[in-house]
Amino acid sequence: MQTKDRSAAFWALALFFAAYVLFLYGPMLVIVVLSFQGPEGGLTFPMRGLSLHWFHKLAEGLGVVDIGAALYRSLGLGLTVMAFTIVFSVLAGLAFRKKLRGGHILFFTVVASLIMPSIIVSLGIGLEFRLLDGAIKKMLEAFGMDGVLENYGTALGIYTSALGAHLTWTLPFGLLIMFAIFNRFNPAYEEAARDLGATPWQGFRHVVLPLIAPSVVGIGMFGFTLSWDEIARTSQAIGDVNTLPLELQGLTTTVTTPSIYALGTVTMVVSFLVMGLAVGLSKLLAARQQAKRDT
Amino acid sequence: MSAPSAASSLPAASAPGRSIAAWWQALPLTAVFAVFFLIPLALVLMVSFWDYNQYEMLPGFTLKNYVAIFDGCLSRNEAGDMCVTVKTYLSTFKFSVLVWLLTLVIGFTVSYFLAFHVRSSGVQVVLFVLCTIPFWTSNVIRMIAWVPLLGRNGLVNDALATMGLVDKPIEWLLFSDFSVVLAFVHLFTTFMIVPIFNSMMRIDRSLIEAASDSGATAWQTLWNVIIPLCRTGIIIGSIFVITIVMGDFVTIGVMGGQQIASVGKIIQVQTSYLQFPLAAANAVVLLSLVLMIIWALTRMVDIRKEL
Repeated sequence: MQTKDRSAAFWALALFFAAYVLFLYGPMLVIVVLSFQGPEGGLTFPMRGLSLHWFHKLAEGLGVVDIGAALYRSLGLGLTVMAFTIVFSVLAGLAFRKKLRGGHILFFTVVASLIMPSIIVSLGIGLEFRLLDGAIKKMLEAFGMDGVLENYGTALGIYTSALGAHLTWTLPFGLLIMFAIFNRFNPAYEEAARDLGATPWQGFRHVVLPLIAPSVVGIGMFGFTLSWDEIARTSQAIGDVNTLPLELQGLTTTVTTPSIYALGTVTMVVSFLVMGLAVGLSKLLAARQQAKRDT
Repeated sequence: MSAPSAASSLPAASAPGRSIAAWWQALPLTAVFAVFFLIPLALVLMVSFWDYNQYEMLPGFTLKNYVAIFDGCLSRNEAGDMCVTVKTYLSTFKFSVLVWLLTLVIGFTVSYFLAFHVRSSGVQVVLFVLCTIPFWTSNVIRMIAWVPLLGRNGLVNDALATMGLVDKPIEWLLFSDFSVVLAFVHLFTTFMIVPIFNSMMRIDRSLIEAASDSGATAWQTLWNVIIPLCRTGIIIGSIFVITIVMGDFVTIGVMGGQQIASVGKIIQVQTSYLQFPLAAANAVVLLSLVLMIIWALTRMVDIRKEL
């Protein structure tokens, strides 16, 4: 960097970088290519023809696993996680801009959750809900509600324990992004709004929200994609039905046809679609904001 | 008021409002971490002292789970073997150290290239994003992506055979220590790149000019200026990578062909046999070790100040 011309070091580093990117994307590309394997083809190269055969096989279901149901469960959970992540992160981000007593303890807890081995969080949530089940059953027994007791299964579920488990993973990312946003945020706009007589809600709705909206879309993307691919925290906290990544993990040992690559391609496409939508939406919001400022 | 300095982690108290209102806003997030993080951790600690039978957990206070974990660990047996727990931890440590070293070297080099050798900031952003995109896709898929490459009839073996370098396929490429480390590096180098790149971008470029004006070689600048100044990023990245590998059971499971033991795997297997108190005791031991590692690492840097 000292010289004007590209040094030998630059080219060596550029080569290293290119090799890293190839290492990063190469295997994923192989999966996508192999999912279009012909009906005669197997898990490895060479390709025997080109077809959508394994996608059809996937749609028919893999063994006992209902892929469609798992896909809908993961989509539903991902969207719910996304909504909660956006709302809770934005609220907490606003809170941290004010004098928040105990804010450092809260921040420390959030960061601790981010670096805590997932299996421990997962085990803890699983235990919590099992103990809750025990308590509920005891209570039903004590009140003599045998009918309810017989039908009672477990409190573990997608929208209870699994949702909570996912939030302990997505919210730290959401909060850190909010910090990054507000560190660059100029409070003068709000002050101006306040001086013009805006209520705190009006100030937030018409001044702060439009300004932070592009980044908030990013938080939503984090929320959805992190949940969509999450395994470790869900594993002990899911109950009797599985999300798509958990099914996929189970299938790695049993399925020996390229349909598993087809499934991989499908989930990758969903991830990339969400990322693309988020980037597009964020650009759109930013452009609209800019256009408003220009007029 | 101008924007708060980048050194402070928490946005400065600049917005209107009182503390009480702030707490209402922080409440939902706080509640989530109380119910799904702090209470579960406390329960893990509590249950680790409980007894259990084949059907249920039995509340009480016993140390037998911990005794069971360290059974036979204080003295080596006649054959000179170590107990299962120590062996498992040693194997997990081995993976942690290997993956940590590799991700650190790769992550640092990639960040260094992006931060100091790519001149246009637009290109910089594009290349950085390129490195982080795979983080948003499924870990399992990125793992099984190695199967067609490393398998007995995979691309690597095919290529080696075609070139006449091997007579029969190399067996240790897949479902081995090698494939586990490879998958870890593939999955988690991002966790090194992001914080290291972040701290490198904050380095005042005039410091580097000053170093070169004072006659420092590129290596001296790297060693005496850049590395000390991105210490925070290095340590944050290291914490991520080490805690992930220490607690992992998915990667070691899939890439080790379900043959390699890890602490996380033990916990997972014990829960599948409903031995929750034993699993909880294992989790407490794992957590104490991870906390000790993190504590040692954070001695070197104040994370809250520099995030």
